[in-house]
Amino acid sequence: MILVNGKEVEYEEGMTVKRLLEKMNYTFPMIIVRVDGKLVNKEDWDTFKIPRGAKVQALHQIAGG
Amino acid sequence: MTLSVENVRTSRKVLAEMEYTPAGIDKGYSGKSLYVNLSEGKIEPKTVTREMKDIFTGGKGFGLWYLWQAVTPKTKWNDPENEIVISAGPIGGITQYPGSGKSLVVTLSPTTNSIMDSNVGGYFGPYLKFSGWDALELQGKSAKDVVLYIDGDTGKVTLEEIELETGASHLVSEILTEAFAESEEDKKHISVVSTGSGADNTLIGLLNFSWYDPRRKAVRMKQAGRGGIGTVFRDKKLKALVVRFSGLTGKNNNPVDFGKIQKAGVKIHKEINNFDDVQCRMRQAGTANLMTTMNDYDLLPVMNFQYGSHPEGKKISTEVFISKFTQNIYDGCWYGCSMSCCKAVDDFELKTGPFKGEKVVVDGPEYENAAALGSNWGIFDPDFIIEANFYCDTYGIDTISTGTMMAFIMECYENGIIDKEITGGLELNFGNQEAAMELLHQMGQGRGFGKIAGLAIRRMKEFFVKEYGADPDFLQDIGMEAKGLEYSEYLSKESLAQQGGFGLANKGPQHDEAWLIFMDMVNNQIPTFEDKAEALHYFPMFRTWFGLQGLCKLPWNDIEPEGNKQLEEANKVPEHVQNYVDIFNGVTGKNIDKEELIRQSERVYNFQRVFNLRMGFGKREHDKVPYRSQGPVTVKEYESRAERYDGQLKELGYDPESMSTEEKVKVMRQHREEMYEKLMDAVYLRRGWTNDGVPKLETLKALGIDFPEVVEVVKNHL
Repeated sequence: MILVNGKEVEYEEGMTVKRLLEKMNYTFPMIIVRVDGKLVNKEDWDTFKIPRGAKVQALHQIAGG
Repeated sequence: MTLSVENVRTSRKVLAEMEYTPAGIDKGYSGKSLYVNLSEGKIEPKTVTREMKDIFTGGKGFGLWYLWQAVTPKTKWNDPENEIVISAGPIGGITQYPGSGKSLVVTLSPTTNSIMDSNVGGYFGPYLKFSGWDALELQGKSAKDVVLYIDGDTGKVTLEEIELETGASHLVSEILTEAFAESEEDKKHISVVSTGSGADNTLIGLLNFSWYDPRRKAVRMKQAGRGGIGTVFRDKKLKALVVRFSGLTGKNNNPVDFGKIQKAGVKIHKEINNFDDVQCRMRQAGTANLMTTMNDYDLLPVMNFQYGSHPEGKKISTEVFISKFTQNIYDGCWYGCSMSCCKAVDDFELKTGPFKGEKVVVDGPEYENAAALGSNWGIFDPDFIIEANFYCDTYGIDTISTGTMMAFIMECYENGIIDKEITGGLELNFGNQEAAMELLHQMGQGRGFGKIAGLAIRRMKEFFVKEYGADPDFLQDIGMEAKGLEYSEYLSKESLAQQGGFGLANKGPQHDEAWLIFMDMVNNQIPTFEDKAEALHYFPMFRTWFGLQGLCKLPWNDIEPEGNKQLEEANKVPEHVQNYVDIFNGVTGKNIDKEELIRQSERVYNFQRVFNLRMGFGKREHDKVPYRSQGPVTVKEYESRAERYDGQLKELGYDPESMSTEEKVKVMRQHREEMYEKLMDAVYLRRGWTNDGVPKLETLKALGIDFPEVVEVVKNHL
């Protein structure tokens, strides 16, 4: 398991940030990702592997009409 | 229909006039407002006092203050003493920072019977101010249809009778622009406020504010849509307002520190240039950029807010609308707005209605319109949405209220509450495009079942109960209105904070006070009641400020600076907040900080709450919301998201496997309604209000709005 925005999400071996966002259907273009408190830049989402048990923040920057 | 420009020019008959020397603007204010009494044909200037500026700042603040003085607790929307007040704020009209041309319109609403405010782009507000008027007050009722013309170049205001018999707002705007302009070049100096026949025939009439788009050689329009302001306008027998001002420069506001404004402007223009294509794509899609996101996150209202997404949602996705909008053309609704988000569909051939076969420019659809006139009706055809958008605008009826109330009618139809006999043969099932479009035309033209639909949801609920024996509790649950105003187009079921964002909003459930769904539901950043209450204090106050200044909200957070993600309070976009502080200080010469910015809003926000109290609203009972906005009303709704809801019940200690869906719906409802009550407690506490939602005297005193007449109102409720 990992925690994503405080909620339990099933862990997948070798899961990258990109894969996690796909799994969560997080398609919003303005998301900040922190893994265990550390900012992961967008250009690294494809390669950064999330460790088992990690606490992930996928913060959608506020928007709306 | 009398449509000839020549006829307009030759038929002008002046009923009243006033010549004046336009007051020079000083630090964002002209110091004068224009009062027009349509019953008496009286036109006169008023002085904008220093106290007004210090306490109410401008824009919506001025509108509320003038309206407060004009009406009594007994005044109804169609009484002559009701006013429509239009005002840009002190920042309004600058051309260095995007989104700085908004007008704020305030009146007593026909649908809520209380205070309505609506913000709108187009050139009218800035031109009004630069013509010498910080605000325009329209009171009384004319005996005949009239046009008010403000010539800021010559310093003359005239109230005129003009032969202009058309119920189509786009034609009124076009003809008056052409008739009042001296040349093609002069057209951009004209702005028209008008509405259409739908404002005569419904309670949800809107006002269109125009500007001339020289690239398209067409008149464009933006809408002050909410709460039936256009209906009040027509009740006063106003056909149109026209302003003419040709002296626009970058410095009309006579700011104290132009460099400070320029610096902030250059910064954000660069951000838009560098990042918009990878952030919200406002320049390509406008607010329709949200279509795909909302469908993906189960937030797009589908079939009267029952569901938040639909497999056919991809047919009305962001990409689809990008392909419909004319690209690579400047689409600002005021000068200098590099966000350029007021997209348009050019050469759109209409398939129905009085303009069938004509090719027109359609302004939008914006996100709200696309969701309101599409998914919420179970319709996923972009061309249908564009056509419905055009007709709502030209008939002068609010797209959001039309969308939400049509969705309500469709659900009533599907539940057998109304039938074909009642609707005059219209089969108003979800997804029936032909029937929906016909009903829209009936509303616009005051025919058939359109006359009932035009009453809007609150009155329709009463009517359906009285005439057709409908279950009032069910209608209360599914009729998406609060305070008499129809909900705007986001599903709030899974975000308690957004339920409050809608339910606690002063004018009714419009998202312009707070949009907290991502912070709450997705990011889980505001888990406690105190966190939610803090957000429901800060964001409504911050966003109120735009309405005091003549600013658009979008450049605040629909573009973000590069370093924003590193910041602790990234959701507030601190760098842009500082831009606003700098611009305000640069224009006015004052020295506010970000805390005083919030206090400026708090004064006006609390005053509006007290104004609601004065009109018989504005307490806890008025902040209640329909259950559809909080959770699944029906078994079908619950079962459509059963995994989610069952999971939530388990967290609450229930065993969903041992319960029927009816039982699950019931306990879910009990829980969610309790949570909303607790949320109200927390928000009232944070805002300095009593547990009944009344601003405390010490709160009013701390804000400096404890005038005797305000205290008198509040004391009656403590």
